[in-house]
Amino acid sequence: MSSENVRFTDFKSDKQPTWCPGCGDFGTMNGMMKALAETGNSPDDTFVVAGIGCSGKIGTYMRSYALHGVHGRALPVGTGVKLANPDLEVMVAGGDGDGYSIGAGHFVHAVRRNVDITYVVMDNRIYGLTKGQASPTSRSDFETSTSPEGPKQPPVNPLALAMAAGGGFIAQSFSSDAMRHTEIVQEAIEHDGFSLVNTFSPCVTFNDVDTYDYFRDSLVDLSEDDDYDRHDHDQAKDAILDADKEYMGVLYQDEDSTPYHEAHGVTENMAEIPDGAPDGATDLVREFY
Amino acid sequence: MHDDLNWAIGGEAGDGIASTGKIFAQALSRAGRHVFTSKDFASRIRGGYTAYKVRTSVDQVQSVVDRLDILIALTERTVDENLDELHENSVVIYDGDRTEFSDFEAPGEVTGLDVPLKDLAEDAGGAIMRNIVALGAVCAVADFPIENLDESLEKRFGGKGESIVENNKQAARLGAEYVEEEYADEGPRYSLETTDEDYVLLNGDEAIGMGAIAAGCRFYAGYPITPATDVMEYLTGRIDQFGGHVVQAEDELAAINLALGAARAGARSMTATSGPGIDLMSETFGLVATSETPLVIANVMRSGPSTGMPTKQEQGDLNMMLKGGHGEIPRFVVAPTSVSECFHKTVEAFNLAEKYQLPVYLTADLSMAVTERTYAPEEFDMDEVEIDRGKLVDEDDISTWQNEKEQFKPHAVTADGVSPRAVPGTEGGVHMSTGLEHDELGRRTEDTDVRVEQVDKRYQKVETAREREDFDYREFGDGDADNLVISWGSNEGTLVEALDYLGEDDPDVRVVSVPYIFPRPDLTEEVQAADQVVVVEANATGQFADVIEHDVLERVERINKYDGVDFKADELADEITETLA
Repeated sequence: MSSENVRFTDFKSDKQPTWCPGCGDFGTMNGMMKALAETGNSPDDTFVVAGIGCSGKIGTYMRSYALHGVHGRALPVGTGVKLANPDLEVMVAGGDGDGYSIGAGHFVHAVRRNVDITYVVMDNRIYGLTKGQASPTSRSDFETSTSPEGPKQPPVNPLALAMAAGGGFIAQSFSSDAMRHTEIVQEAIEHDGFSLVNTFSPCVTFNDVDTYDYFRDSLVDLSEDDDYDRHDHDQAKDAILDADKEYMGVLYQDEDSTPYHEAHGVTENMAEIPDGAPDGATDLVREFY
Repeated sequence: MHDDLNWAIGGEAGDGIASTGKIFAQALSRAGRHVFTSKDFASRIRGGYTAYKVRTSVDQVQSVVDRLDILIALTERTVDENLDELHENSVVIYDGDRTEFSDFEAPGEVTGLDVPLKDLAEDAGGAIMRNIVALGAVCAVADFPIENLDESLEKRFGGKGESIVENNKQAARLGAEYVEEEYADEGPRYSLETTDEDYVLLNGDEAIGMGAIAAGCRFYAGYPITPATDVMEYLTGRIDQFGGHVVQAEDELAAINLALGAARAGARSMTATSGPGIDLMSETFGLVATSETPLVIANVMRSGPSTGMPTKQEQGDLNMMLKGGHGEIPRFVVAPTSVSECFHKTVEAFNLAEKYQLPVYLTADLSMAVTERTYAPEEFDMDEVEIDRGKLVDEDDISTWQNEKEQFKPHAVTADGVSPRAVPGTEGGVHMSTGLEHDELGRRTEDTDVRVEQVDKRYQKVETAREREDFDYREFGDGDADNLVISWGSNEGTLVEALDYLGEDDPDVRVVSVPYIFPRPDLTEEVQAADQVVVVEANATGQFADVIEHDVLERVERINKYDGVDFKADELADEITETLA
């Protein structure tokens, strides 16, 4: 398929989503599909990896090469896909539980590895598919079936985790702001290295605190702030650690960070191999003399 | 019986025991002698007791024995640890200037040679070379021309500069001269004949790594763990020369998922680990199998459970590999039976994984992984390597495997159970897969008919493999014997040598060594034809014996060893005689 003629609907499968009506994930996925089309990718050359949870269903609703993996391990899968075939556009999607709880270890290491993949986290601050338990990004006083008085511990700050791990592209978007969300994901795809887009993707069924209205009223769009320089590490740090405000936009970008494929010289499509042992294999035997 | 020499160097971890042993083993190999090495080591960086043992002969050697002829003891504990194996012709080389040896007397009739290793090393340029001085002393005792050490010293120290190499050569000569002068009356105790043969010397982990590259493996992800780390260390730097890459993952959960990702992208991909890592990888194992992804998982077994005895031998993971993980899903388990077979079976494992699109456990164990053995280089003939990628489809034949909506069917139900495989980037091949039960398109389903169809299709691959592949055993000893000894994995060499120890009055024995654990050869006829059957394995419960009993519906005898120490040929011969008596 020639990528010039690709429309965003080409990334849509014929399977109807089973997300609750009004779920933020619809907007998150639409923005991803638009951003993939806008950046000239085609479904044949795109690989989507998803984990477990409501977000994990995204590979079914999108049309591309895809793997719906086990809980929390989507990032290692996406990393392996990209290293084995750097020609593929690799997008990893997950939820806040998948990425910041069971997959938190992989998250930190994927950031510091800096493989050129895009990670979109549908952050709804709740466990939806298991019907409403606290997530790692739930507020400390957020009452749920497993935390009747709230988790009584601070939520994980994924942007801060990414920054501490040396992240080169750290962004936040809001699924219902379709234009900005698409722009931000597009920039993430274009960034040469690991990109995090934490996307507020409200759960209309189990979270009555972090709602569409809440995000609409409280999110500060950094693209409207002429004084904000996304390349300024100190400014980004202040915004990321700001306890009073939540921001939308690209909070930090380091265009000079060295992506993994450059640091390690991994540039070939590894799917192709010769019919027999590769040339020069006999030298390996001689080494044992 | 072999005219063999058994040699060892022992001391504390951190004393350079392994590198010294390797230098001597390489020197013997370069001099046209066969070598079989084994290691006694502790899981610590310094301290404890560690030893490197070498058995050498002009004939092939493939086992350790209960006899030690020459011992370099860097600590007094080294002598104590090996007391049982020393005999009246044994020689112990030690440095009497070391405080702990000040009152040392060689035990019994063993000859003790007090050699000032440290002083002589300092004369040659530095105390660090004391082990090399000891090697020189060994050359004098064993009548092994000192020049034979030179090439392996160059190989070991060449990277550190010419003067370091020369100093080491000098250190070895000072050691030899000291023994020749100070113990002139003793004369050489042994005589190590040399030949014109050219051998290569490698261990099981290295053979697995070399086999992976030969098979076209281009992606490896792993997390360091004894005794599998050598696979990763071997591949690092080497696989890159063949367009491949090694990733050190943050844990085994990531390692198998990285390898899975690369395999989904179409690369021949593998990971290697040991029991504790297999536990973690079990989480993703079912996904690999149900998404029908070709993947090679090497399990270099060590003593368990839990952290167990990390540096000790055991074949305790058979049940885990055959049955591990929730739910039911076919997997292949291949267990090479020697160091060279580690190479060949690795190549085969990659072919099996792609032909049947499933995970293949390639299992070695500690004693084979760290054991170095000599072979003629022709044993690893790269021209013989064949690659079979199974049902890979390209743009031209993709339409055959699409439905009426031009959607590709990665889990198409076929007569042989094997579906077409389109690697990402293939036009028209777009598809997903998932750990959920899925339909032919790879999409979630709970439809009862489709569920049954997919489970049956996956198990059909096993039946297909049984028909198409030659899952045979290897046979040794007397084919017409009344008694059958069955073994799997690394016990083969020891068993073959044990046959040499069985005398005319001992029971006659046919040895069947099984490298395919699942699918495996049907041994019903062999078992029924034998008067007595005994299964030899390095675990406590007889996991393979259970499998054989299940297959043939007949009880078998068992020889089990689970003290963490390798089987020894002479000891095993005694046990077989006793069990069959």
